Amino acid sequence: MRLLVKGGRVIDPDNDLDQIMDLLIEDGIISQIGIDIDQTGAEVIDARNMLVCPGFIDMHVHLREPGFEYKEDIVTGTRAAAVGGFTAVCCMPNTQPVVDSAPVVRFIREKAEKAGLVRVYPIGTISKGQAGQELSEVADLLAAGCVAISDDGKPVVKANVMRNALEYTKMFGIPVLSHCEDMELSQDGQMHEGYFSTIYGLKGIPAAAEELMVARDIRLAELTGGHIHICHLSTKDSLELVRQARARGVNVSCEVTPHHLTLSDEILGDYDSDAKVNPPLRSAEHIQALIEALQDGTIDCIATDHAPHHREAKDCEFQLAAMGISGLETAVAVIMDRLVQEGQLDVYDMVRLFSCGPADILGLDGGTLNIGARADLTIIDPAAVRKVEPEKFQSKGKNTPFKGQILTGWPYITIVNGKIVAREGSIV
Amino acid sequence: MKFNRKDLLGMRELSREEIQLILDTAIPMKDVIKRDIKKVPTLRGKAMVTVFYENSTRTRTSFEIAGKYLSADTVNLAISSSSVQKGESLRDTIKTIEVMGFDLMVMRHSMSGTPQYVARNTSMSVINAGDGQHEHPTQALLDMYSIRESKGTLEGLKVAIVGDILHSRVARSNIYGLSKFGCEIRVVGPSTLIPPEVERMGVKAYYSMEQALRDVDVINVLRIQRERQEAGLFPSLDEYANMYMLSNRHLKYAKEDVLVLHPGPMNRGVEISSEVAEGSHSVINEQVTNGVAVRMALLFLMMGGSKDEIAG
Repeated sequence: MRLLVKGGRVIDPDNDLDQIMDLLIEDGIISQIGIDIDQTGAEVIDARNMLVCPGFIDMHVHLREPGFEYKEDIVTGTRAAAVGGFTAVCCMPNTQPVVDSAPVVRFIREKAEKAGLVRVYPIGTISKGQAGQELSEVADLLAAGCVAISDDGKPVVKANVMRNALEYTKMFGIPVLSHCEDMELSQDGQMHEGYFSTIYGLKGIPAAAEELMVARDIRLAELTGGHIHICHLSTKDSLELVRQARARGVNVSCEVTPHHLTLSDEILGDYDSDAKVNPPLRSAEHIQALIEALQDGTIDCIATDHAPHHREAKDCEFQLAAMGISGLETAVAVIMDRLVQEGQLDVYDMVRLFSCGPADILGLDGGTLNIGARADLTIIDPAAVRKVEPEKFQSKGKNTPFKGQILTGWPYITIVNGKIVAREGSIV
Repeated sequence: MKFNRKDLLGMRELSREEIQLILDTAIPMKDVIKRDIKKVPTLRGKAMVTVFYENSTRTRTSFEIAGKYLSADTVNLAISSSSVQKGESLRDTIKTIEVMGFDLMVMRHSMSGTPQYVARNTSMSVINAGDGQHEHPTQALLDMYSIRESKGTLEGLKVAIVGDILHSRVARSNIYGLSKFGCEIRVVGPSTLIPPEVERMGVKAYYSMEQALRDVDVINVLRIQRERQEAGLFPSLDEYANMYMLSNRHLKYAKEDVLVLHPGPMNRGVEISSEVAEGSHSVINEQVTNGVAVRMALLFLMMGGSKDEIAG
């Protein structure tokens, strides 16, 4: 079984590679990268004018299963990932039951295996029951297949619990993924606190609600030598805290979402709950800082925080609407259209932020086009123009503030284990 | 000029000309209120419903009587006692009302943006009668009517808005409305009740009554809600009253003919003293009458009609 990806611009930041070449896949393995590879007996993908990249990894998604299958399940979530150009996703443990024991991890892995589309790496909880009190059985979770721990969806309120988590995970070499939010400052908040919360009359969530917790967690990582990873970082000063910590040698990494990079709090004037998300969309000043931090390397990866919701949870009074954006199927196009095409982000850096960026944080086997590596590939058509049509999403979550927008630059083909799983927005 | 809007959701979206049209139309409406026979047939055959998800006898009654003076059929829906308790979604409630054939809905809701959501989801006209901390356009219109009636113009006046600016939809709507007429607007209150970046709205923020009220033509006093103290935004009602209750000693900073407004209901002895409320500068009762006139004007314009029809 030979698959030849012919004449594309092969970008592999893991190997400092950016060149027009052919790439040959044999039996699910990348066997050759070069010029004019012999195509005898091979199925050929004409990749001229396409970007051929290591399979994209989304290290922050909510697949909702088990427990919330009315919002999303592992089948629909992995289908969404595949058409969105992702070959692997890491799923957050705030399900019902939460992922705090090996059987739940195995359940997710079996379901994902059966779905058979993209790789699914479960994330376990930091605390038992995600209650923020006692540590989960981390070794057991890792043995069952978890790649990291997180109480995402809510913060670890108690500093001593976070301290112990960082101390304990150190011996396994995995990061603690932290949802940074001071719940007292953010209480009842509906959007970013600033000029627009003032004029829209919505209770604000100050940037400081995130920054306080980022500062605490960085300090605890410094104290313990553990690896802290900041989920969905969204403010200017959070970035500054990460920069300063790195300069001191603290083991800190961070991710940012496509929506925080491209949408501002101003759009909430329509009270469209599809733009209601936590952390909230920030002001232009924060967005500018996030984009600069993509360029200067402060941000390690882009992750969607894919948060599908049922229609009823969004189609109601703004204040009652659930927070979250269904992000898997728009992430690549949003970054391509808004940042790459606009000259705000180099395409090479984009590939890094979606591939070896997340792989390095989690120590995953992927995010590279090494010869001999599993053939997980994301091929992007930078010239494809499509409209965002949520009703056509694979995901059950149609909640996207990008609905109706016409974007340029979409995933063309997604290849997992040498097999084409999605092509031009459809599952193959 | 015709008023070409399906909905009235806020003052921010209204043009100066639209505001002027509403205020001008309210003049003959006020005459109707003062007649012996307070009824014109203009809106006969039209149906309106007031839907209040938050209690307000004053505003609801004002809309209801405004509709009745114009011969519209008016129905009031006391929402807390019906569908919400049965778990019905807002969207279904609105749809049910719509298919009964109402032309216009007056909505009050404790959550900002709800009238916007409703307006998007119904073919009825929607008037926002106050949404959360966002807007209360008819209050701003009646305030502007009252100011214009007393001062002869709105142009270039200095207006101070006093109190809980952070939570006040009255303040926001007044700021949008008055700033379209070149007013100099000041907001004053304790720092915890001044919203972030408020000066970007084109106002000047003060903590001192003495400074804020210097040479102003109009003082609009906002109601203080006791829950704000419980939320820790100021230490006690006494301390608030000592610093910000509008009393006669403050009026001397303002212009001699300063006008005092209050949207009601008043907490006497908290945000306003009885002597000011009942004093010669106060137009607080006149505001209530003007509220009916302005709402008549709006109902009339939104359910179809031109200004000349009413004058005769």
